[in-house]
Amino acid sequence: MSRILPVLAVVLAIVVLWYAAAVKMNAAWVYDQAARAGEPAPAFSQLVRLTMNQDRPVLPAPHQVITELANSTLGMKISSKRSLVYHGWITISATLLGFAMGTGLGILLAVGIIHNRAMDMSVMPWAIASQTIPILAIAPMIIVVMNSLGVQGLIPKAIISAFLSFFPVLVGMVKGLRSPDQMQLDLLSTYNANGAQVFWGLRLPASMPYLFTSLKVGIAASLVGAIVGEMPTGAVAGLGARLLSGSYYGQTVQIWAALFAAALVAASLVGIVGIIERRTLKRMGMAR
Amino acid sequence: MKDTVTQPVITAQNLQLVFQTNDGPVHALKDVNLTINKGEFVSFIGPSGCGKTTFLRAIAALEHPTGGTLTVNGMTPDQARKSRAYGYVFQAAGLYPWRTIAGNVKLPLEIIGFSKAEQDEKVRKVLELVELNGFGGKFPWQLSGGMQQRASIARALAFDADILLMDEPFGALDEIVRDHLNEELLKLWARTGKTIAFVTHSIPEAVYLSTKIVVMSPRPGRITDVIESPLPKERPLDIRDTPEFIAIAHRVREGLRAGHSDV
Repeated sequence: MSRILPVLAVVLAIVVLWYAAAVKMNAAWVYDQAARAGEPAPAFSQLVRLTMNQDRPVLPAPHQVITELANSTLGMKISSKRSLVYHGWITISATLLGFAMGTGLGILLAVGIIHNRAMDMSVMPWAIASQTIPILAIAPMIIVVMNSLGVQGLIPKAIISAFLSFFPVLVGMVKGLRSPDQMQLDLLSTYNANGAQVFWGLRLPASMPYLFTSLKVGIAASLVGAIVGEMPTGAVAGLGARLLSGSYYGQTVQIWAALFAAALVAASLVGIVGIIERRTLKRMGMAR
Repeated sequence: MKDTVTQPVITAQNLQLVFQTNDGPVHALKDVNLTINKGEFVSFIGPSGCGKTTFLRAIAALEHPTGGTLTVNGMTPDQARKSRAYGYVFQAAGLYPWRTIAGNVKLPLEIIGFSKAEQDEKVRKVLELVELNGFGGKFPWQLSGGMQQRASIARALAFDADILLMDEPFGALDEIVRDHLNEELLKLWARTGKTIAFVTHSIPEAVYLSTKIVVMSPRPGRITDVIESPLPKERPLDIRDTPEFIAIAHRVREGLRAGHSDV
């Protein structure tokens, strides 16, 4: 309870502020309608009522977003093109594939970096440079290039996901694989252990806490990558497509519902990685 | 129990070790001559920078001498390392947090490639030797500092090397635990007949444990005195109050002071 209370307080404050902002931002339309109809400006109580349920509000009220979220998830068949479950799954599948690719690439590069001086000198600057490129600029190019190679759908989005998620894994794993101190390495040297034994016996297990921290950042980045990857494809499917089509047609409620769905997916994915982290570290005896 | 014939295990002749640093060369070891015989318990004592740890690391082939000769079991230190001639105990226990105590002790055995049955048998034996039987299934963080260090000694003993190199193994422990472990170590030494080289900062510890005390001094790191201890093999803790003990401790202290004054 003592942990939930602060969270609830913050949520309550956000909801209050949100309602206030909705009244203020949606009022212009109400005044505009009244002026066109030649009526006097509505009183405050009426104004509040008229800003709460507009079809295309500037800022939808929280209950509108929640209603839309509920309708587009529970309220329709998941095969429907308007179902957020359908779009969500498309985004999640690209996220997971991209996350797997990015994690694999990040770990491979990290292993290369710690074992090879040339890679240490050359790979890291490029990895950092890759992250300074705005993903919005490179995403359409990846889609177009892949499309010209005849690859569409899941793979190009997953590549964009991987592009964002390999980096935290790379940085975390380099740090993790280098975390054993000189004494630990000397100890293995006194056993005349070979490189593979040092890696599997010491470096890899020692890097696990670092890996999981990176994975949490990486999976959130993967989701962002998948959503961005869905935008230049012409808004066919996925949460990114819902965001884009919502903005095409001024469906702010739909945009916000998609936004919330994306946030929920992100929280769940990070939460799942967190659970796997706790279980794994506990089994390894590293959690106390 | 020991053979009366002295058999050299570690010999150093005119050993030099110079580190090249940004501030110029540092003489970590200069003209070190020493013979350690089989079954001896030799302590190295001296202030920081006297090269006592460097010498131990050179024996273990973790540092490489720049001059003179050093042999371990008649081989070069590197050959000795490759034939797993010694077990090394570091200042920190350095147990893997993701392995149980038994798993940690098993580590060198896995690397060397003993069979599963042999591993279990050896682990059981050395855990008994350091009186940690029953703790094999615990994780390191569940044990006290003293017990962790005992586990690390068990790990060094697991593969039956004849030589035990110990670099201030009890330096981080409190005095009561240290006294207890010193007693245990003497018993273990008597039972196993290992040759032990032991680095320490503590005069009482050096005098209590050793058959031979090597006093060293810094800049350049060198040996200033080698004391053959006349104390008997059986040493209860209260031997530290006897005149013989105090006389040796006094000589060690004098040696340390002499090393300091000519800096």
